[in-house]
Amino acid sequence: MLEVKDLTARYGRAQILNGVSLQVGGNEVVALLGRNGAGKTTTMKCIMGLVHQKAGEITYDGVSILGKPSHAICRLGIGYVPEERRIFGDLTVEENLEVGDRPARPDAPEWTRAHLFELFPNLAERRRNLGKQLSGGEQQMLTIARTLMGNPRVVLLDEPSEGIAPVIVEQMARVIKELKAEGLAVLLSEQNLHFARAVADRACIIEKGTLRYEGGFADLDAHPEISQQYLAV
Amino acid sequence: MGFYVAQLLTGLANASSLFLIACGLSIIFGVTRIVNFAHGSFYMVGAYLAYSIVALFPDSILGFWGGVIAAALIVGLLGLIVEMTILRRIYHAPELFQLVATFGVLLIIQDMTLAIWGAADKLGPRAPGLDSAVRIMGEPIPEYDLALILIGPAVLAGIWLVFHRTRWGVLVRAATQDREMVGALGVNQAWLFSAAFVLGAALAGLGGAIQIPREAVSLQMDLSVIGDAFVVVVIGGMGSVSGAFVAAVLISVLNAFAILVFPQISIVLPFVVMAVVLIVRPYGLFGKEGSGHGAPTEPEQPLRLLSSRATLVLMALVFALAASPVVVSDFASILLVDVMVATLFAVSLHFMMGLGGMVSFGHAAYFGVGAYGAAMASNYLGLPMMPAMIVGPLAAAAAALFFGWFCVRLSGVYLAMLTLAAAQILWGVTFQSQAYTGGDDGILGIWPAAWASSDQAYFYVAFVLCIGGIWFLRRVAHSPFGYGLRGIRDSDVRAEAIGMDVKFHQWMGFALAGTMAGVAGVVFAFSKGSVFPDVLGIAQSVDGLIMVLLGGIHALAGPILGAGVFVLIEDWVSRLDYWRFIFGMIILGVVLLAPDGVAGGVDRLLRALGLRREGQA
Ligand SMILES: Nc1ncnc2c1ncn2[C@@H]1O[C@H](COP(=O)(O)OP(=O)(O)OP(=O)(O)O)[C@@H](O)[C@H]1O
Ligand SMILES: [Mg+2]
Repeated sequence: MLEVKDLTARYGRAQILNGVSLQVGGNEVVALLGRNGAGKTTTMKCIMGLVHQKAGEITYDGVSILGKPSHAICRLGIGYVPEERRIFGDLTVEENLEVGDRPARPDAPEWTRAHLFELFPNLAERRRNLGKQLSGGEQQMLTIARTLMGNPRVVLLDEPSEGIAPVIVEQMARVIKELKAEGLAVLLSEQNLHFARAVADRACIIEKGTLRYEGGFADLDAHPEISQQYLAV
Repeated sequence: MGFYVAQLLTGLANASSLFLIACGLSIIFGVTRIVNFAHGSFYMVGAYLAYSIVALFPDSILGFWGGVIAAALIVGLLGLIVEMTILRRIYHAPELFQLVATFGVLLIIQDMTLAIWGAADKLGPRAPGLDSAVRIMGEPIPEYDLALILIGPAVLAGIWLVFHRTRWGVLVRAATQDREMVGALGVNQAWLFSAAFVLGAALAGLGGAIQIPREAVSLQMDLSVIGDAFVVVVIGGMGSVSGAFVAAVLISVLNAFAILVFPQISIVLPFVVMAVVLIVRPYGLFGKEGSGHGAPTEPEQPLRLLSSRATLVLMALVFALAASPVVVSDFASILLVDVMVATLFAVSLHFMMGLGGMVSFGHAAYFGVGAYGAAMASNYLGLPMMPAMIVGPLAAAAAALFFGWFCVRLSGVYLAMLTLAAAQILWGVTFQSQAYTGGDDGILGIWPAAWASSDQAYFYVAFVLCIGGIWFLRRVAHSPFGYGLRGIRDSDVRAEAIGMDVKFHQWMGFALAGTMAGVAGVVFAFSKGSVFPDVLGIAQSVDGLIMVLLGGIHALAGPILGAGVFVLIEDWVSRLDYWRFIFGMIILGVVLLAPDGVAGGVDRLLRALGLRREGQA
């Protein structure tokens, strides 16, 4: 459904991606693994139209989205959950959700506020609080909920387990499984192999902007030298 | 007691109009990150429109207020046109482009207003039903002032409702924090920006329209209000509507009382308050550090050195210049002095902006201090030309050291605003200190020494100083100090990490740029024989920015070309009727069509002709 082919990208003079290719199927969770600075975030930003200097092919449902503005990409059904969360600190939880709100689409599940508050009970309690008053874990939930308000078919989830308490990491894993159960596709960026293995169907590993591995976790476990080489710190 | 209450009420009445303008400016900045110089034009057009519309319904209450509102709506429409035809194309361009483009709009609107309404000031009608005074504690207070005092908070409440109770308002507030993220959530920024711009423009138009019973409508309204409006926005915190309200009240009330003690303080006071607030709270009273996201995405190109061939061409040009008084007329040598002065001014500004990454909206301050320093030294101290020429740059250096120390504590658009404040303070002081600076009449009779009094001889004096100054700045740019500045521009965190004293480095860069602008000012003063306060004015600062932009910010040779082209265009255009309109159009043309400047254009031409190889640095 989402297909990236020979994607290259740079910031100014610095070449960050040197030809990344990957696919995400209709109801699949794909983990994009790599060390710090490997280019995971940049890949996602390219898909979302947030990096301007890029080349290659990015198609969604067979239609090229390379070069489209990010709001148009979002409206096609691609939701983006940024790594730094980027919630609106001066807006309340409800207002944050309002910003993400988009009309329902026929090809994707519709998320209501009630449904999201069920999935993230903490947010329900804090619906009138400002975004900046939330804890890190709550902000992480809010950023996911906000993206789901747009009723996406594919969610780009950038390091949801980073910098939050272990209980909340578990909750994140449940949420990702729930998304899959609802019929969504997820591209998940991760540094943590264990977390990825727990939730994803397949893995792609990038290193220095180049795709190094693509396949199942069973294969990856059968060849520990791969993760040793590209993921270990 | 009653007198003080009356003074307070006058201050509050003044605050209303100021708040309307400033909050429009703040909303526009918050959402689009554009510092809109043309905002004063919207205010002015609002006043003219209200004047004309109200005149259609004399003495009718409905006609008056209907006219005021209609004027605001039409100005909103004007804002929409400006946004859709111009600004929409430059949201991703660096601040400099946006500022210069909006200045071009200001020039165009000014001449269009002149063409429609003529040059004479217009006296507006009194507001029917509110045309007398009531006595409060024994003092007469105009009823209209009381109405104004109510309008400010009413508009504030209206905006608050829109921002908190409508989806559009929530989106605007979100975009003020992180507009890129709002886009990634599916919101079409183009419409959000247009709507914010229309609202901001209409508020400015309203601010102008409600002033017509209080002050004459004139062509000076645009620039006279924009300085104060900037100040209010910066004090309140850019993007904060309630901040704009508090700041407008603060400034207006302070002003109402300060003029009792110090009648001349009006011009300077807002800028002094702003400087103080920025030093204590760098992002204003209610402001926040802008999100790094969605900053200009234009790639930062390294400065290019000229190729050896281009250097040869430049050398040849310089020699042709040096030899020119022999071959060309006096008139051309005077023009060439103008070109050289402008060039040194532009190169010093480029040194600060392109190399140091510090955008200045007030570089004319140091040019002007240099010019006044020399003029006063020669007039009051009776110094001959050469010593006076040393006093000027020293004065500029002192001013740049003083203001620079404050400015380098900020960055980005706040730094730019503080430079503007510094320039306006100096301008105000110069304008007011009649006894020392001659005020509006300037200082006349500053002539070069006898040996340099012919146009040709003075040309060589100017040549040595200006070309010497440019050469010196270029040397510094390629010294370790220059590389340090560049490093800070590209990443101050990294520069700090390797042990550089970032602030000190920037401070010295600021001071050096100011000093060299002072040298340009000195040469200017002796070539014209007189100085007037506008050498320190906003227009002079913007001229420098235009030159840098014309040349293209990324090439060291840019400002040289830019200044040359600028002076030649100005010399030609300023002799025409409606030259502001033409000049504004030229500026917009450059910003929209040749965003890498004339130098970039020449570079592309050279490449096309095969004179310069692809990728050659
Ligand atoms: N705006 C930018 N300008 C310049 N370089 C950047 C920018 N953003 C990222 N980079 C660089 O691009 C490289 C890849 O960054 P990216 O954020 O894609 O990595 P990542 O795999 O997401 O890493 P992490 O696990 O730390 O999030 C890094 O070397 C980073 O320094
Ligand atoms: Mg990342």
